[in-house]
Amino acid sequence: MKILVAVKRVIDYNVQIRVKEDGSGVVTDNVKMSTNPPDDNAIEEAVKIKESGKATEVVAVTIGEEKAQETVRKALAVGADRGIHIKADGVIEPLAVSKILQKIVDKEKPDLVFMGKQAIDDDCNQTGQMLSALLNWPQATFASKINVKEGKLEVIREIDEGLETIEINTPAIVTCDLRLNEPRYASLPNIMKAKKKPIEQLNASDLGIDITPKIQQIKVEEPPKRKAGIKVSSVAELVQKLKNEAKVI
Amino acid sequence: MSVLLIAEHNNKELKAFTLNAVTAASQMDSDVHALVIGNNCAEAAKAASELPLVKKVICVEAAHYANFIAENFAPVVIKLADNYSHIVCSANTFGKNLMPRIAAKLDTSQVSDIIKVESADTFIRPIYAGNAFATVKSTDTKKCITIRPTSFDVCESSGGSAPIENADAGEEFSLTKFVKREEIKSDRPELGTARVVVSGGRGMQNGDNFKLISAIADKLNAAIGASRAAVDAGYISNDHQVGQTGKVVVPDLYIAVGISGAIQHLAGMKESKVIVAINKDGEAPIFSVADYGLEADLFEALPQLLEELNKLNTIQK
Repeated sequence: MKILVAVKRVIDYNVQIRVKEDGSGVVTDNVKMSTNPPDDNAIEEAVKIKESGKATEVVAVTIGEEKAQETVRKALAVGADRGIHIKADGVIEPLAVSKILQKIVDKEKPDLVFMGKQAIDDDCNQTGQMLSALLNWPQATFASKINVKEGKLEVIREIDEGLETIEINTPAIVTCDLRLNEPRYASLPNIMKAKKKPIEQLNASDLGIDITPKIQQIKVEEPPKRKAGIKVSSVAELVQKLKNEAKVI
Repeated sequence: MSVLLIAEHNNKELKAFTLNAVTAASQMDSDVHALVIGNNCAEAAKAASELPLVKKVICVEAAHYANFIAENFAPVVIKLADNYSHIVCSANTFGKNLMPRIAAKLDTSQVSDIIKVESADTFIRPIYAGNAFATVKSTDTKKCITIRPTSFDVCESSGGSAPIENADAGEEFSLTKFVKREEIKSDRPELGTARVVVSGGRGMQNGDNFKLISAIADKLNAAIGASRAAVDAGYISNDHQVGQTGKVVVPDLYIAVGISGAIQHLAGMKESKVIVAINKDGEAPIFSVADYGLEADLFEALPQLLEELNKLNTIQK
């Protein structure tokens, strides 16, 4: 069984982002970048399945500028076997990403495609579902537990009301929640080994699909700031303020 | 053209957020049609027909719609899509799971989780965990939009009498099977719509200590929330998580207890009207968004808070 894992390079989750003064976006120059956190869970799960003997190959794929390759390299360092980097500049919307991934799926013929449930930059939460629609495959979104069976997966999904269990036939798409597993750190020897693993490079423009954005970004602004609050010195004072000043209790 | 609003329901009643989604849909075009897909869901369809903003209800019933599997729902919506300029539903786990499957088949770039309708094609949506707001214009002729329920008012729920039409069901998608759903039942208000939310974080130290939170929540008729750290640590179940990858809440009063305030948590609660933070670390980032901060050990502060609340003659419900 082959597992394809899609990973995205995003601004690190610990960075307090800054909006550009001209409203054209957020500052990305000299900002720490990392793998989108739930994509780390996707890689970890694929590697664990391979380690359990139920998968034979894990392929990491990313789409983006030259430096996006670092994200694939990191996946290789924690256990992916090889990588694919599709070079593309500028904004690539989830619909375009899913069309590119569809081309890669056609070529690689994986049994499973894993990715994070949402990217923490654009917060769209679309790509996995879109890819499964294009392929007409089953989808298991927001997965917090995956049980691999013969030709099938049993997946526990985190939904607003609690947990839902579904069973899907492979090939299938799974989008991973942060609670699926605890991603491992790459050891130094594995980082060195990863440098020798192959990364195939392709150009998005050679794939014969239109990836022009269909959503125009008119402006990006800072959200309204909350006005500074006060510190209270006691619980009694807190309750008095909530009752008489804020009038919420 | 008209707006097709995908109603979320449990076959009997509309889910509360459907009322927010109807409001958002009506701001895109006044001709809002509600689509109710389910099994034996006539009661839910009737409830949708009573919303004055809804002009028509389309009801599609079959056994394989009982469990709201996106693979079964998407073809129904796609079949109806020709007649509509906008397809709308809530950006909760139901809508997040379903809408992209529709958008991709319609070759539309979906606009997710909008908080404001500027015009029929222009919307505001938070990005980067709500640390920036993007104004975006969709150039697709057919627009697929998910809306953040807490950013729109609930619509009127009675007085309407829209006609209910039945439409044919589609085939079952046989590769996906529903197994079970474990819903956590609670007598408390729903987290997403509660007037007051009391949340605990890693500072609670264990699940048992959430009893201290429950006691305050009982007193204030509040829902119980949690940070991701508390859910990851197993103190409380996932449906309580507030934040970028959990639920977004906008209560009148949000009390954060033992929560440091990572940006991912703030993304889910910083629009609350009044925020209280109780934390023993005076430097915790949660204090930067709190209207009232109390630097204290929660294990001393919560029992005192309960005592002070008990002294009050009246408490708003």
